[in-house]
Amino acid sequence: MSLLRVDGLTVALPPGGDRPHAVEDVSFHVDAGEILCVVGESGSGKSISANAVMGLLPKGLPVRQGSIAFEGRELLSLAPEAMRKLRGERLAMIFQEPMTALNPLMRVGDQIAEVLRVHGSGADAARRVPELLAAVNLPDPAAIARSHPFRLSGGQRQRVMIAMALALEPALLIADEPTTALDVTTQMQILRLIREIQSRRGMGVLFITHDFGVVAEIADRVAVMQRGRIVEQGPAAEVLNRPQHSYTQALIAAVPHGAAQARAAITTAPVLELRGVEKTYRRGGFFGARAVVRAVHDADISLRQGETLGLVGESGSGKSTLARCVVRLVEPERGTIAYHGTDLRPLSRAGWKPYRRRIQMVFQDPYASLNPRRTVGDTIAEGPVTHGTPRAQALERARELLRLVQLDPGAMDRYPHEFSGGQRQRIGIARALAMEPELLIADEPVSALDVSVQAQVLALLAEIRARLGLTMLFITHDLRVAAQICDRVAVMQRGAIVEQGPTSEVFAAPRHAYTRQLLDSIPGRGWTPPEL
Amino acid sequence: MRDFWRRFRRNKGAVVGLVILLLVVLLAATAPWLFPGSPWDMAGAPFSPPGEMGMLLGTDSLGRDVAAGIAHGARISLLVGAVSTAAALLVGVTLGAVAGYLGGIADDAVMRFTEFFQTIPSFVLAILLVAIFTPSIGSVVFAIAIVSWPPVARVVRAEFLSLRGREFVQAAEVLGKSRLSIVLTDILPNALSPIVVLSSLMVASAILLESALSFLGLGDPNLMTWGFLIGSGRSVIRLAWWMSVFPGIAIFLTVLALNLVGEGLSDALNPRLARQRGGAA
Repeated sequence: MSLLRVDGLTVALPPGGDRPHAVEDVSFHVDAGEILCVVGESGSGKSISANAVMGLLPKGLPVRQGSIAFEGRELLSLAPEAMRKLRGERLAMIFQEPMTALNPLMRVGDQIAEVLRVHGSGADAARRVPELLAAVNLPDPAAIARSHPFRLSGGQRQRVMIAMALALEPALLIADEPTTALDVTTQMQILRLIREIQSRRGMGVLFITHDFGVVAEIADRVAVMQRGRIVEQGPAAEVLNRPQHSYTQALIAAVPHGAAQARAAITTAPVLELRGVEKTYRRGGFFGARAVVRAVHDADISLRQGETLGLVGESGSGKSTLARCVVRLVEPERGTIAYHGTDLRPLSRAGWKPYRRRIQMVFQDPYASLNPRRTVGDTIAEGPVTHGTPRAQALERARELLRLVQLDPGAMDRYPHEFSGGQRQRIGIARALAMEPELLIADEPVSALDVSVQAQVLALLAEIRARLGLTMLFITHDLRVAAQICDRVAVMQRGAIVEQGPTSEVFAAPRHAYTRQLLDSIPGRGWTPPEL
Repeated sequence: MRDFWRRFRRNKGAVVGLVILLLVVLLAATAPWLFPGSPWDMAGAPFSPPGEMGMLLGTDSLGRDVAAGIAHGARISLLVGAVSTAAALLVGVTLGAVAGYLGGIADDAVMRFTEFFQTIPSFVLAILLVAIFTPSIGSVVFAIAIVSWPPVARVVRAEFLSLRGREFVQAAEVLGKSRLSIVLTDILPNALSPIVVLSSLMVASAILLESALSFLGLGDPNLMTWGFLIGSGRSVIRLAWWMSVFPGIAIFLTVLALNLVGEGLSDALNPRLARQRGGAA
């Protein structure tokens, strides 16, 4: 008998959605001691399936059909009281966002003790809490138990969440994208931890993810979801290496390969040279200690004509700050930012204006980077109009640019909310290209996108770069993406560049320990996506 | 726009408020035809109760028609409400925008200046200002505007602070747009919804303030207002209740309508919040 068996589950969407059912006729099972990965892009219904098992569906999404049997009991007909007892004790869940899943006002130890108390085993909390924290490999469990959540890093919080989930030794752990909000090195540690605990205790794990690298790392079996249906299901090795369904094949083909090919060295004249740029954030003062964060220091780079330099690092490494220094969204205290030999740093706002044409930027969040109250055409045309191009001419050019980024010119008069994330990112790229820049700064342009869309946008960027001879500074946290698109990479850690060189060399023979650690943490690095 | 109207209609109270408000506006607009002649003129015997001698809402101690007073008073109340709110918006939005967009020292300076006004009880300040500048419609509007701009400045500043860091504003920055054009075309249109909601509530409080000033005898002596009607009926309220009660109902309905409309606007402009509220109930 399976631990969990979901049969023909159908959950309705509120009327007026893009499809009648959030999930439709979904069947899968999880056995004790195995990890089932449910993979899919955003909106595929994978989280809804997990929430249905936990009995955590919002009111607007009623279950229409199907059964969810857990240890032989039907969960859908269970009284709320019985379901509450089951949750936590036999079924546990960890969430994507460790920042908001913990009560910020309660000490970590008390929160774990509360779980034990609610389920009637509060008496031995004092003994069990440090034990649990130690079991998730947290150093100095006693000290961690006494601290508040804000003192802990994202990875530590996620460990605390896992400790809480494990407190009552559940038979089934549901993990909803537990590593998506984490840095790549932390992600690897958490994945190993879940793997280890699962095999030690013989739990069943239902693991929701969008990342095929993570699947390759952790899954025993895989279920692929598309628009509310499971399109393919099977053992991990089978699905990853011999995908049968066309959608699975498309998804796997879109995974960045992570293999860097050697490229010819570029020896053109430098376009941008950063020397001794420093940015330090100070906060506090008055009361309490002054906190000083050196966001950027020791980060000299030089970018040659037609070259793409990847700036790689984890969150907080200062890569975005450095990029923003170049376009003066952040003003550094020291150093020179030489563009064709002219130092841009001391220029006034007006003095900068001519350079705005030459240096443009593509932003990370496709939902926040377009003005929601302006039509797409105006958005693209406004840069040239600001710099004195007649409006009619700028709009004509915007139409051409929409074709260049593979959007229908009919999009001109529509507003951003009518477009998907990938389409918006294309609009953002068109806006930057409208200025006919020489240097394009791309700040995580694909990290908010689904993997298939990500592949399209990367291909578009590569094509445009080749066609227009752009020089590009490409910021990313994803080494697989960097490998695919960059000629050279610079690895940043805590505000400094620790290693810099041609992509293939850095990937093949990393010199710095941190680079090695980053490369080791690429999820699914042992798996080479099959040629399809 | 159709979408907006559909969401607005979902809030039944707001639709009722809008209907009341339109009726008040209609009353104000047609006052010269409904009640020709000055509302200060004697129209019947003093102290006639409502319904007697052809006086719908009775007469006051000098024989003036209360209904005529209310209709003509509606013109003044709405005018004062609208004009003072517009003036307060002009000051509040400008200062709030400067503080929120520039930040730093400018922000500190503007916010301390705003707090200076907020620490003085607004009604006392309004009385003081009207008393200094002698009561007239101009000074009443001025006084109300002076005491009601600080909340606008605070709301606008908060909106600007959060919008300033958004990526589309940074993108405009990178395109090389001027500060003024970023503020006017990128930030302000996206900060409009709270301003619209706030201003509907400000009109309501301006009408209340004006009535309170008139009640104390600080209104324009040449203009018939609701506050004046209540004030003049105050001393004979046990003898002739209708003199105070009907203008009071007029104030109550108008302010209630404005508040209902304000809430409806807020629901229609922030559909996500409205749905959450509806879901929780």
